[in-house]
Amino acid sequence: MKAAPFAYHDPRSVEEALHLLATLENARLLAGGQSLMPMLNMRVAFPDHLIDLNRVEGLAGVTAEGGALRIGAMTRQRDIEESPLVRAHLPLMSEALTHVGHRQTRNRGTIGGSLCNLDPSAELVAVATALDAVLEVQGPSGARDLSIHELPLGFMTPSLAPEEMLTAIRIPLPPAGHGAAFEEFARRHGDYAITSAAAVLVLEGGRIARASLTLGGVGAGPLRLRSAEAALAGQAPSEALLREAAAACGSIDAMSDPQAPAWYRRRLAATLARRALTAAASRATTPARQGGLA
Amino acid sequence: MSTRRIALTVNGTRHEAEAPVRQHLGDFLRGTLGLTGTHLGCEHGVCGACTVLLDGRAIRACLVLAVQAEDRAVTTVEGLAPSPEALHPLQAAFCANHGLQCGFCTPGMLTTLEEFLRDCPDPTEEEVRVAISGNLCRCTGYDSIVAATMEAARAMREAAA
Amino acid sequence: MNAQSPHQPGAGRLVGRDVPRVEDSALIRGRGRYVDDIAPPGLLHAAFLRSPHAHAAIRGIEAVAARALPGVHAVLTLAELGPHLTDTRLVVALPSPAYRLELHRPVLADAEVTHVGEAVAVVIADTRAIAEDAAALVEVDYDPLPAVADCVAALEPGAPIAHSGAASNLAAELTLEYGAVDAAFATAPHRFAERLSIHRGGSHSIECRGVLARHDPLDDRLTVWSSTQTPHTARRMLCDLLGLPEEGVRVVTPDVGGGFGPKLIFYPEEVVVALAARLLARPVKWIEDRAEHFIATTQERDQLWDVELATDGEGRILAVRGQMIHDHGAYTARGVNVPQGAVSAMPLAYVVPAFRVAMKVAATNKVPVTPVRGAGQPQGVFAMERLLDRAARELNLDRAEIRRRNLVPGDRMPYATPLKTRGGMQVVLDSGDYPRCMAMALEAAGWDAFPERQRAALAQGRHTGIGVANYVEGTGRGPFEHVSVRIEPSGRIVVATGAAAMGQSTHTMLAQLVAEHLGGDMSRVHVIAGDTAAAPMGIGGSNSRQAVLAGSSAHAAALRVKDKVLHVAAGLLEADEGDLEIEGDAVRVKGVPEMKVTLAAIARAVAGAPGFAIPGGRGPGLIAAEEVVIDAMAYANGTAVAEVEVDAETGEARILALTFSHDCGNALHPRIVDGQLMGGIAHGIGNALFEHMRYDEEAQPTSTTLADYLLVTATEMPPVRILHMQSPTPLNPLGIKGVGEAGVIPVPAAIAAAIEDALSPFRAHVTRVPLSPVDIVALIDPAAAA
Repeated sequence: MKAAPFAYHDPRSVEEALHLLATLENARLLAGGQSLMPMLNMRVAFPDHLIDLNRVEGLAGVTAEGGALRIGAMTRQRDIEESPLVRAHLPLMSEALTHVGHRQTRNRGTIGGSLCNLDPSAELVAVATALDAVLEVQGPSGARDLSIHELPLGFMTPSLAPEEMLTAIRIPLPPAGHGAAFEEFARRHGDYAITSAAAVLVLEGGRIARASLTLGGVGAGPLRLRSAEAALAGQAPSEALLREAAAACGSIDAMSDPQAPAWYRRRLAATLARRALTAAASRATTPARQGGLA
Repeated sequence: MSTRRIALTVNGTRHEAEAPVRQHLGDFLRGTLGLTGTHLGCEHGVCGACTVLLDGRAIRACLVLAVQAEDRAVTTVEGLAPSPEALHPLQAAFCANHGLQCGFCTPGMLTTLEEFLRDCPDPTEEEVRVAISGNLCRCTGYDSIVAATMEAARAMREAAA
Repeated sequence: MNAQSPHQPGAGRLVGRDVPRVEDSALIRGRGRYVDDIAPPGLLHAAFLRSPHAHAAIRGIEAVAARALPGVHAVLTLAELGPHLTDTRLVVALPSPAYRLELHRPVLADAEVTHVGEAVAVVIADTRAIAEDAAALVEVDYDPLPAVADCVAALEPGAPIAHSGAASNLAAELTLEYGAVDAAFATAPHRFAERLSIHRGGSHSIECRGVLARHDPLDDRLTVWSSTQTPHTARRMLCDLLGLPEEGVRVVTPDVGGGFGPKLIFYPEEVVVALAARLLARPVKWIEDRAEHFIATTQERDQLWDVELATDGEGRILAVRGQMIHDHGAYTARGVNVPQGAVSAMPLAYVVPAFRVAMKVAATNKVPVTPVRGAGQPQGVFAMERLLDRAARELNLDRAEIRRRNLVPGDRMPYATPLKTRGGMQVVLDSGDYPRCMAMALEAAGWDAFPERQRAALAQGRHTGIGVANYVEGTGRGPFEHVSVRIEPSGRIVVATGAAAMGQSTHTMLAQLVAEHLGGDMSRVHVIAGDTAAAPMGIGGSNSRQAVLAGSSAHAAALRVKDKVLHVAAGLLEADEGDLEIEGDAVRVKGVPEMKVTLAAIARAVAGAPGFAIPGGRGPGLIAAEEVVIDAMAYANGTAVAEVEVDAETGEARILALTFSHDCGNALHPRIVDGQLMGGIAHGIGNALFEHMRYDEEAQPTSTTLADYLLVTATEMPPVRILHMQSPTPLNPLGIKGVGEAGVIPVPAAIAAAIEDALSPFRAHVTRVPLSPVDIVALIDPAAAA
């Protein structure tokens, strides 16, 4: 189980990386390598060129910028987990990261790699979707912003052009006092979720001002349940309301694979959505959980 | 372009060697440097047997290219003990608690736990279980490994106090 | 784990105690020596080209491009190897009159492939990576043929035939029976029928297989390092296939990273690599990678049981009958021992007056089936325990009570059953008290109070359940294991054996037993296990046999050496033998420590000098070799009680507690016994809930990575409590029974029973394992799954 031959490039700057990406045939970017390396070793991926981003300057780090957190694409999952900024402002991401792989993979895996790999069950993709992340993409013609909602093009296929690369993601900070919860069901600790649910609730005057409900692992990309979100908005977060909103997940289109058929994923989705909404609602009303950019 | 000369520090010793660019760090450590204590159990990032420390952090050596370790510091199981005769507290506790049977997963367990106990010197048993949930062992059923880790953590706290 | 320290009344200075393991010092430092750690100068690497088809005819193999790749030394197919082999097939089947098809596997496939992963060619190159590059360039012209994946479908009329030359897929058939079965059923007041299936998956030692061969032209000797559990068998096969004398082949088993059954088989790769090393005059190494392990290492797989239990009005067993279909895989890589072992295990714990189970062994286009830890016994136990639970429910009996009424009572030991072993010997349960052992587990698990706990949990909406399963396991399969004990003129004690270590502390066990009698210092004992150059014969590791057989031989040999040491020392010290003791490196007069002679001096004295008489008059040397023959198996037993909680929404089954009581006779090393049990228990949990080797309808494997095939990790292990009972067997001088497989055997049955109990509000009926969360939700809500 040894990788097929490839040429290796380790650019030091984004410009250099983009140049390589634009000029080399059949090149792949190597971020943390926690998905690409197994595919290389198993000979299911055959790039002619590997462009390693691990020595590119300026792609890692978490910073607060104008009402958003900006996370460099090469920021390791472990560093996000330990970032005080993320802990304070994005409790949803912190909670989800405890489910992402294992210590050894989080030490190496990056947020950009996870988003671009776009595994249907990846926790960080679901979280970014729930939080309306904006992706900073650079290509030969300059930089552009891409909404996370426009990232999935198909099964494990991001909408980035072949000569483009993700450099950072910006996550608008949910207002102080929001409640967030991430629920997933995986076979073992650290496995990809069969299905996951991410919920964010913003309360105003005892009513839901804004709701975000996202399912992972049900289709090619995360599924935002806009109709359920709309049904929640303006209502008091009663148990019955949350249950009803979650029940809508029971009728979604869901995928089947050897691990779980569609009917099971639908059921799981409804259960996890209810649990996530309930936890988010309880946290939204818990002052100790509140936070926000000072 | 198919090989590259790299320099790196392994267990405190500087090494320079030629590495095929497609070679993963596990094969480089075992084959080129002869450090066969790092074991390969799956080469697709699941079993954890190849875990080594890269700049102090536990990583899977099968998921990192050797060329990516250029200029970095690697610690393998051979580098855990303070001297050839002495044992790291984790190693001593594994022996005392029958934390190893066939010994194949052991190096990865030890390196993973070395980092974990630095981060979390006074863990609960549950935290230890989570810490090694990315390391497969087919022999022990894990309980003896958890017990050994708790004992090592105690010993390390006492030594530090 | 909360293991009670076993009470060991007969513990010696070392035996019966938790002495440090002799294996640990090297392994803990990363200084072990596994096959892949050995790299002789000039080493070449092998990669096998394997069939992507479950069944296909081979029309041609084209390797020109592969051979032309720089760094490639050879691409070998059966066409190249055949002329150097006495047989192109591996004839390894254990004897049995049951076979209906001859399914010997080829050294390399040349006309037909019959499972995905079957080796077709081997590439030898400078590096493994280059060998894999070249393997991808070999073009095999396959003509796909219909494949059969399922063992039940395989026996139906019109099924695709797994081997195109065969008339059917019925590889073997046999029946195990005694007593007037049909008469008992005809008059029985109660009959309970079940259709049950159990699936076990792979062994997945963390070290995959590996072979390294080096031919030394100076002495024309082939040395083969193999991660095998049976080095002497491997040597015999290599000698036979290559036409070499025994002294021309040395097989060495270095450190082995877990065996769990499949490494006891002789594999095509072993002879191919050995022959390649001879042909190329260079050392050649092949290390199986995990992808290969999924498709090339034997597995132990599905069985379907249609079985029926007859009882009287009080739940006493009158008879058992039924049929079982066993998935044999594509070749006979061992025999019919797995189905036979499964059916034999079924009635063993209980008084079953009449019994008949007919076995049909079906060839399929899947990896060959040979024993995996447990070797059929988990399946047989599952069948029996599921039937008893069913009977208890319908007869409104407590599930423990129906077992109490049927377990072989302690006062009937030794209990001669009407069963026969595969060698035709009568099965005699030698010792133990099964009802008392079960009672221990039930009490520790809080069985009687469980209904109260269950009601309280249910009131909170939590579905909890409890289940119990008993097993009796034949251990220590004979006939013998060779052990020699020798004191070198340096005073060092060398123990050599045909037993092979694969992680279960064999070196420690032998060093303990020998040092017990020869000075008490294990550091003076050097154990050589798994080297055909050190032991003239051997059987190797399987059937929970090594402590029983090799241990008994080591014990006997050490006593003989001790006897001679004391005799010679008595002469040298001019003392009475009875006044002497061996302590450390010397024999001394009890109470007069300064009156002593070292073992080294004694060894030198009896080494002989030309023209001088050997002191002591008992011949030269301090050496004894033993092959203690023990034909009868020692029967170990135990009980597992599982308590689970099922999340009715997600289908997750969480084991809240697992209690395991067992009796393996005396424990040579209590901590190692616990370690063996815990490993087996974890494997059993995997079999019950996680491990599933999936194939699609075309027999293509679909769980081919460790991300798909789920091994239990530390976070899935429940709190485990192990309880020990010790009924020494009279069958060997140590009073021990094997323990390497015990843990796995009753666990799937106990967990299945607990889940069924937890799902009783839904009237769910559990008839198979593994149970995934999807399966469990389907049991709760069959309409949703339909």
